[in-house]
Amino acid sequence: MAFDYEQYLRPGKLPHIWCPGCGHGIVMKGLLRAIDRCGLQKNNTAIVSGTGCASRLPGYVDFNTLHTAHGRAVAFATGIKMARPEMDVLVVGGDGDGIAIGGNHFIHACRRNIDMTYVLMNNYIYGMTGGQFSPCTPTGDRTSTTPYGNPDPIFDVAKLAIGAGATFVARTTAFHATQIDKLITAGLRHKGMAVIEVLDDCPTTFGRRNKFRSVVEMMKRLKDIAVPVQTAGQMSPEQLQGKILTGILHQEHKPEYCDQYQQVIARAQTAAKS
Amino acid sequence: MAKKVALLQGNEACAYGALYAGCSFFGGYPITPSTEVAEVMSVELPKVGGTFIQMEDEIGAMASILGAALTGAKAFTATSGPGMSLKQELIGYACIAEIPCVIVNVMRGGPSTGMPTGPSQSDVMQARWGTHGDHPAIAIAPSSCQEIFSETVRAFNLAETYRMPVQILLDEINGHMRERIELPEPGDLEVVNRQQPTVAPEDYKPYDHAQGDIPPLASFGSEYRYHVTGLNKAADGFPTSKPELVDAEERRQLRKIEANRSLIEKNEEYRLEDAEVILVAYGTISRSARSAVDHLRKDGIKAGLFRPITLWPFPEKRMTDLAEQARAIVVPEMNLGQLILEIERVTRRVCPVAGIGRVDGEPITPAQIVAKVKEIL
Amino acid sequence: MNNPTVKVIEDYCKGCSICVEFCPTEVFDMVGFVAQVVRPEACTRCMLCELRCPDFAVRVY
Repeated sequence: MAFDYEQYLRPGKLPHIWCPGCGHGIVMKGLLRAIDRCGLQKNNTAIVSGTGCASRLPGYVDFNTLHTAHGRAVAFATGIKMARPEMDVLVVGGDGDGIAIGGNHFIHACRRNIDMTYVLMNNYIYGMTGGQFSPCTPTGDRTSTTPYGNPDPIFDVAKLAIGAGATFVARTTAFHATQIDKLITAGLRHKGMAVIEVLDDCPTTFGRRNKFRSVVEMMKRLKDIAVPVQTAGQMSPEQLQGKILTGILHQEHKPEYCDQYQQVIARAQTAAKS
Repeated sequence: MAKKVALLQGNEACAYGALYAGCSFFGGYPITPSTEVAEVMSVELPKVGGTFIQMEDEIGAMASILGAALTGAKAFTATSGPGMSLKQELIGYACIAEIPCVIVNVMRGGPSTGMPTGPSQSDVMQARWGTHGDHPAIAIAPSSCQEIFSETVRAFNLAETYRMPVQILLDEINGHMRERIELPEPGDLEVVNRQQPTVAPEDYKPYDHAQGDIPPLASFGSEYRYHVTGLNKAADGFPTSKPELVDAEERRQLRKIEANRSLIEKNEEYRLEDAEVILVAYGTISRSARSAVDHLRKDGIKAGLFRPITLWPFPEKRMTDLAEQARAIVVPEMNLGQLILEIERVTRRVCPVAGIGRVDGEPITPAQIVAKVKEIL
Repeated sequence: MNNPTVKVIEDYCKGCSICVEFCPTEVFDMVGFVAQVVRPEACTRCMLCELRCPDFAVRVY
């Protein structure tokens, strides 16, 4: 049966602003299925974004939604979550927003292990400004500001999140639509900072500069490079060359930040009484 | 009953004023000379079930208070010049999205790192024009520790009433100076709480100006769901680029302040009745100026002090009227000429306006002011 | 269970052709700039077209 997306969409907002073939819409649908599966309540859910193409997502969905300044989504979300720990807080955004200008907030939210779910749509590029390279643009690739090939090495978002202390880190691609909602569901059910990286396609500003002739070709690439983390163990380093691992890459249980702060409150109140 | 008294630093008085006003969220980042504000909040907020968080940077601190404010919290942060510069983009966000919050800027010299442990009043123009775009501004410059307490309460009231960021300007001197304070009991000072929407949730629009220029702000987590963006937006909160809607919203945001100047503006006047020389001074330096007035009067010079407490909006009407009776206006400030520009503008230079600027990390003394007045007369 | 019904909401379709290319039973084809259901009888209700349509344009009932 068709999933009833309308129940979560604000009326009259479609079609969305994303370009033909942009995977952000696929991710948005996966997000809504995951929210539905977890039974999140609209009034009790906040979806926060920064600025960029992916950051336009909150405008379409019927929750408490906050479209903030470039890079600052996680810090705004931290304020919401700390002021109202009972709310379910999600952050959505792109690679430039989250990992370049927002990189400091990103690593520190991971370190605190604050209970929120961050869906990072990594399309390797700054799409909204017309296709400049991001910290996730592969070395050598062409963008409007790397006309001779990108000299920068990339950030591996998942490794960065794990290294910074996030307790749930997963990765999939826009091609793997059912895995998107499965991983976001697992992230929402996880207590602590959950990062789900979705490798995405930007046909308009990345594809056309990097010899992808169509959306379909970009989607096929996402299909081809993905290797489930469970099967990667049986593959040789040569076979894994140029591949990315998908699935739940890391999960552990550590004290969650709002819980830790509740203990601070308890200690302060005990001290005040004595 | 005798009032409870305490010996408090200005920064501490500011923090206790915030708590009195009902502040329940502080997001901060350490910076001299403001850090005591954060320290007091870290001690006191958890006692009342509130939240203190030290963020990873100044921008994160500003973002966290805006997120918290949207859940209904009275939210607060403290910083100094360099941190204030970093916060500017999100102060603009708070202006356009109309999110109440209070920021205390304990001023030090600059630009850049400047003199972190020295006083300054050089963020006066930044407080008005620091963020880009046209936007309203409220900035308050209290003088004594008692006034820092009560004006901090008023800063929260103004933020909640007008749905916007309000800045408190202290400086390294009155931030760190200790004075005896009578601590107000609950009820002694007015505390304004945020107006809540009364319409049905499905009819709620976060910027609906049908009932007035300041629409009620619902809280995230209540039954009202809405969208907030930093883009120019229509009454329903969603982005628009329709010229007439953008124009109307931008003008309404300025009108919130312009139409309510008399309720926001505040100043103090000292021996101005027959004054021929008007000293205009604010914050710490107003104390030197008050002393200078007495010295000048003893020397037979009819001097008086006009002390703006709200720097923005500047008490324009009263200043203009007073200038009519003056032979000269002297503006001592710990910068190289900032508020004097506003005074020259509003008085249209009907009399000479002279500045005393000091940026060496030392306060302007009464003697310095007296000498300047005598020089120009 | 009834035979599946596949619909393309033309106002939402941006013509990316993901559904056309990845439908295992070739239910869709491009007609002008939008996708259309050309072989409805071939649909196996695998739902991949709906899941992968970025524009909320494909519905399978």
